[in-house]
Amino acid sequence: MKKYLSFFRVRFSTGLQYRMAAVTALTTQFFWGLLECIIFKVLMESNSVAMPMSYSAVVSYVWLKEAFFALFNTWAADNEIFGMIVDGGIAYEFCRPVSVYTMWFSRSVGSRMAEAALRCGPVLLGALLVPAPYKISPPSSLFAFFMFLLTMILAMGVTVSFCMIVYMLCFFTISPVGWRVLLTGAVELLSGAVIPLPFIPQPYRQVIELLPFASMQNIPLRAYSGDLTGDHLLPAVLLQVFWFVVMTTIGVLLCKRAERRIVIQGG
Amino acid sequence: MKRIYSSAHLYGRYISVILRSTMQYKFSFFLMVTGRFILAFNGFLGILFLFSGFSTIREYTYGDILLCFSVIQMSFAFAECIGSGLKALSGMIRRGEFDRILLRPRSPILQVLGTKFELGRLGPMITSVLTLIIGILKSQAEWNFGKALVLAAMIAGGTVLFLALFILGASFCFFSIEDGGILNILTYGAKEHGKYPVDIYGKRFLQVCTYIIPYAMIQYYPLQYLLGKTEHWQYGLYPLASIVFLAVCYLIWLLGLKNYKSCGN
Amino acid sequence: MIVMDNVCKSYKVAKRNAGLKEACKALFHRETEEIQALKDVSFQIADGEMVGYIGPNGAGKSSTIKILSGILTPDRGTCSIDGRIPWKNRVEHVKQIGVVFGQRSQLWWDIPVVDSFELIKEIYSITTPAYKDSLEELTSLLQLEEILKTPTRQLSLGQRMRCEIAASLLHRPRLLFLDEPTIGLDAVSKLAVRDFIKKMNTEHGTTVLLTTHDMQDIEAIADRVILIGRGKVLLDGTLQDMKQLVKQENMEKKAEEGKNFKENEYIQADKYVEENANGEDKERFDNLDQVVAKLYRQLDIL
Repeated sequence: MKKYLSFFRVRFSTGLQYRMAAVTALTTQFFWGLLECIIFKVLMESNSVAMPMSYSAVVSYVWLKEAFFALFNTWAADNEIFGMIVDGGIAYEFCRPVSVYTMWFSRSVGSRMAEAALRCGPVLLGALLVPAPYKISPPSSLFAFFMFLLTMILAMGVTVSFCMIVYMLCFFTISPVGWRVLLTGAVELLSGAVIPLPFIPQPYRQVIELLPFASMQNIPLRAYSGDLTGDHLLPAVLLQVFWFVVMTTIGVLLCKRAERRIVIQGG
Repeated sequence: MKRIYSSAHLYGRYISVILRSTMQYKFSFFLMVTGRFILAFNGFLGILFLFSGFSTIREYTYGDILLCFSVIQMSFAFAECIGSGLKALSGMIRRGEFDRILLRPRSPILQVLGTKFELGRLGPMITSVLTLIIGILKSQAEWNFGKALVLAAMIAGGTVLFLALFILGASFCFFSIEDGGILNILTYGAKEHGKYPVDIYGKRFLQVCTYIIPYAMIQYYPLQYLLGKTEHWQYGLYPLASIVFLAVCYLIWLLGLKNYKSCGN
Repeated sequence: MIVMDNVCKSYKVAKRNAGLKEACKALFHRETEEIQALKDVSFQIADGEMVGYIGPNGAGKSSTIKILSGILTPDRGTCSIDGRIPWKNRVEHVKQIGVVFGQRSQLWWDIPVVDSFELIKEIYSITTPAYKDSLEELTSLLQLEEILKTPTRQLSLGQRMRCEIAASLLHRPRLLFLDEPTIGLDAVSKLAVRDFIKKMNTEHGTTVLLTTHDMQDIEAIADRVILIGRGKVLLDGTLQDMKQLVKQENMEKKAEEGKNFKENEYIQADKYVEENANGEDKERFDNLDQVVAKLYRQLDIL
């Protein structure tokens, strides 16, 4: 545990050193959030049709998405791990006396959390300081906040285990970069990164909500505002657990195969 | 004149070398194109789904928005295809490869552009062409030859504008060891949020996009002309302003280059 | 003719302290520190000379090379090469020089070597007959026939280095800067590279400035050595001069310490020098690495 904590610290302080990068990320996330909020407001005003989510729920969704971007981003996978897959350095990883899956998994979690910790504060502060309709509201209840934290951890687990599968699949192909773009690209819409999933019309929405990608950021960001509550929340959490277990199992199996292949073919 | 010809000739040679290299990794290339196509398609689906519940957004119809979306996507795809060398400049400087460029008797910017030509960046083009067709058919515009020219100018102007921003971002690397990622807000931001005409975001935002970073020149103003929402036919000429912006960015690049030569890396 | 006259160059480097607290502080205020890379560096190199430019890491070697190649402007001092000021007219200047970096490649990774050469022909606007001549000569001198059609990525390090050198010489520069050209090469390739450089010098009168850590390169190629340390030229002469300097220092030290000579960690090197000073065993003084190591320590420039 101590090992991972020190890893977290290292990540955190390297993150701070690149101050331009930090400022960039913050500004990006802040403006992204603000512009998105504006779009939804204009949409709401231009049409009398009922919104599938309350406006304050949309605003919370958008700001939390930007604040915790690092936790749920399937797009920015760990470049060091990718580097190892591309240049063959992965073979050395398998020589170490630890489980590669556990090691990579905790590494990804560590770097995601460090980055999120670095960024969520200022972004949320910005979200609190913007004027009224765009301002983030507090969690709908203490219970909602608790569920937000719980489902956020689960969502990060699902996201990381998905990325682990991507790494492993990339290992088996000759063009990891291409696969990475393809696989991560496909997830964007399905995970609710483009628009919140409730905005997707039926019957698509019903299907999409069952997919593992909907168990990522979609759940915690909606739990916070109380958009996802009561009868709908429990199945969603169970689904998250289910997908986490399934994807981790697949990842571990793939990892074992990769290991066997390295032992036999020398990488 | 001779210099321009010889530069163009050299650039052609660079591209031919890069394409030959790319084609050695055909499968990877195919995946890249598909992946980027899907990514851009996600953006299209986002708009499609949003508008399935809503009919208009501040008097723009679904078709109008798609027109705007495709112009921005297309410009960005062209600019990224040509200008990805500029985006890789910070890495080149860190690895010392930029010194090699300065050791050659050619314009540095030509050589930087010549390091990369990412045809795979054209993946979003599939989406853009598709959305452009829907946009042309479904928007409020009544088409004629002049309007078609303006549409082409919007795409060309957008490409120039994004290239200028890439140059600006690359110039940053000459002043700081950290890369010009800050300018990604301007490029990726414009790609993401420029799918809606900028006036949607408010008056002040429109002013910024007119006088500071002239997005509105290739997007909002000519679009007003296309959709017949304005009396000013001059709006159709506004995309030309992107050339002025490019010139300004190039001056900053030259300044940066001078700074690099006096500070080293 | 290269003339460097009192060239000075300093860099600003950001100070970076360890620790989370310091990192937070640095977010708002960053201290910088000035480092003098070159202090009044002066030397002249005549046409057709072959000069070794040595010094420990960070001594200022690459800053000098960069100034000479026109990609860095000095703070003070003048520098002229055949009457040109390198950084004033970069394009004209770089047409006349060739630079080989041992650790970096200038060839395009995925295409055959000869295609890279053709592109370089285009970049330098070399005329076709001149290009053919150069290519023919370089191919035979560096034995490239077999590998010209191979993509760079499939070449061994030695093969690649030979191609790198050829690429830097296609435009027939009158001046050649070599930055660690033999790093990582096997014995055969090293010899081939050294032979080739000497040949270019005798046949075309190419002026060569060589920086390296491999003292055998210097011994094989350079008639003259310039030693730089902490940004200053400390010695400009032949290898023999360099050995002499070590010897002298050593004798003085011996005289000082008298017979109570204490054994220290450099005893081996001292012994060599002592024996050599007595003229007993000239051969053993040939271990140049030890001579140089000793010299660096003496001058306190590490």
